Amino acid sequence: MKIVACIKYSLTLSELKVDPATRELRLATTPQRVGTIDRNVLEAAVVLKPEGSTVHGLTLAPAGAREAFREAIAMGLDDLTIVDSTNWAAGGPMATAAVLAAAIQKMGDVDLVVCGEASDDGVTYQVPPRLAERLGWPLLAYARNIALAGATLTADRDLDIGMQSVACDLPLVLTVTQETNTPRRPTLMDAVKAKKKPVVVWQPEADLGLSAEALQAAGGVTRIAQEGIVIARKEQLFQGDDMKALANQLLDALLAEHVVAE
Amino acid sequence: MEKFDAIVVGAGPAGATAAYLLAKAGMQVIVIERGETPGSKNVSGALLFSQVYSEIFPKFWESAPLERAIVGHAITFLGEQTSVNLDYRDLDEGHVPHNAYSVLRARFDPWMAQQAEDAGAMLMPGFTVDKLLQENGRVVGIEAGGDALMADVVVVAEGTRSGLLKEAGLRTDEYHASDVSIGVKDVIALPEDVITNRFQCLNADEGVAYTCVGHTGGVEGGGFLYTNKDTLSVGVVAKIDAVYKSKLQPHAILNEFKAHPFISRLIAGGEIVEYSAQAIHRGGVHLIGQLYGDGYVVVGSAARLLLNNVMTLRGMDVAVASAAAAAKAILAAREMGDYSHTALAGYEQNFKATNVYKDMVTFKDTYPLLENERLFHVYPELAGAVLGDMFTVGAKPSKKGLKALRDDMRGKVSLWQMLMDMNQIGKGLVR
Repeated sequence: MKIVACIKYSLTLSELKVDPATRELRLATTPQRVGTIDRNVLEAAVVLKPEGSTVHGLTLAPAGAREAFREAIAMGLDDLTIVDSTNWAAGGPMATAAVLAAAIQKMGDVDLVVCGEASDDGVTYQVPPRLAERLGWPLLAYARNIALAGATLTADRDLDIGMQSVACDLPLVLTVTQETNTPRRPTLMDAVKAKKKPVVVWQPEADLGLSAEALQAAGGVTRIAQEGIVIARKEQLFQGDDMKALANQLLDALLAEHVVAE
Repeated sequence: MEKFDAIVVGAGPAGATAAYLLAKAGMQVIVIERGETPGSKNVSGALLFSQVYSEIFPKFWESAPLERAIVGHAITFLGEQTSVNLDYRDLDEGHVPHNAYSVLRARFDPWMAQQAEDAGAMLMPGFTVDKLLQENGRVVGIEAGGDALMADVVVVAEGTRSGLLKEAGLRTDEYHASDVSIGVKDVIALPEDVITNRFQCLNADEGVAYTCVGHTGGVEGGGFLYTNKDTLSVGVVAKIDAVYKSKLQPHAILNEFKAHPFISRLIAGGEIVEYSAQAIHRGGVHLIGQLYGDGYVVVGSAARLLLNNVMTLRGMDVAVASAAAAAKAILAAREMGDYSHTALAGYEQNFKATNVYKDMVTFKDTYPLLENERLFHVYPELAGAVLGDMFTVGAKPSKKGLKALRDDMRGKVSLWQMLMDMNQIGKGLVR
């Protein structure tokens, strides 16, 4: 059996800063890493892996970022394929799904694709369903308690209204949440072994036949407008020894700001 | 079980240098680094003196991520409301490498580690070495997160807070609180051209380094300010026992330093983008730790190899020089197939032959200066007062320098005391 774990080289949102003057997001200086949810993806894929199977990592990322995937590989991937996004003109979930689908088809004989429910940074929830659609496979989203018996996968779907237990035949696209599992921390030996695992880099056009125009046609967007929010802190400081008086001052300030109601 | 020729603990300048030299000579080397990336766990000025680096990494300035070439060094004495500045500039623009460069360690250390990797070393960031493994009193490997790795030789390069040797019962040389300083540093962002103009540099490749004495919360220590491309590194290094005695928080000392009018106008308009603090050894030839033993060597700050001569605090190039000396000894030991302490003793001889070590000997008498409270409290103020008297045309008749000095000294320091201090300064720095 061949399992593909789709992981994303994501912006570290906690480090994202907004330019106070222009309200532009300082994306270029925000550090990137393999996302938090992607660790759940890798854990799910590695745990499911039956005897004699292989787990392959797949990502759309700049080839220069390969070092960032070291820990992901050490979690138990047999290899990693990076579709190089260095010269990536188009963006958005539709184009991403098109690239991932093309790569999975090129890999061949894939039985199971595992994705995160949504990426750490884009959070569109769109890539897995669009990918399933392109592959023509069922989508089993928000899965917990995942088990594999032969060619049938069973799982509980974590829905707002409750849990839905389902069984589905492979191939399929599975999405996991942060509650699905607890990702392992690779050990030093895992990391040493991971050093010897192959990392393959594919170019969208040369290796997957996806030109910029093709991605555009697939629904790629070339410009995403986004504006940050600037919060001006009031920085009021109440000082003194009389705690009761201070509490009253604080309460008055909160009332004046309509933070609390009388 | 995996076995390597050499395990290097720590991917700072010392570890990366040792790994680079050993891997280049064909040894199987693994470097284990606690931080997620090299350079993410240290606190450093960071001023890089070129000489030693260029011996190991020829033409490093062509590819390493450097901030600005330091073309000016200044020593500044800060009184309460005064500053006396001794400003040295090398105005010869053409020559490379420059004496020193400012670097940001988060960018520079990965470059050094990359040199080691390119030479064939295996870099393992994100893992903490928990202990040294020993067999019959000999270090034979390390343990990290329950995994054991074996090697012919272990290079301990884990930096200033080195605890592995002590844990292994191999460290016999204890040190005292008075041998330790605490460094606190802000990285302050300012536009590149603002820095270039404010510090009177020709362009964004040129920068300056200030060493400051005085106005550090009444605590024995010094301040520094280095220019990076679009940030300033501003910090204070203070004696940890004096900090403790003063009951001040380290960041409060840094804040007081930054609030001095001389500094505040240099950092005005900047935004703090990074804050860090770390305890560091004060260095000095008399405090050098144990350098080697059966199956291991200790390099860089882990062996307390630092040099503080008031004017500069050197850690990185001392680390590199010691690592190179150790690597040379390890390669000689490999020839003999013997990594015992007798075989590795060459490290100490190699290190003692370096200029870095000779500098440490030269400035050995500087250390008592760092204990001299008057150097930090009295003289910076006095220097400002005397020059103030001489420059000021006021209501009272003017005085000549010596008269001004005698008047300003009154109640602060006796002439005898000052002559003694001058002698100490002279011994430490001048003759």
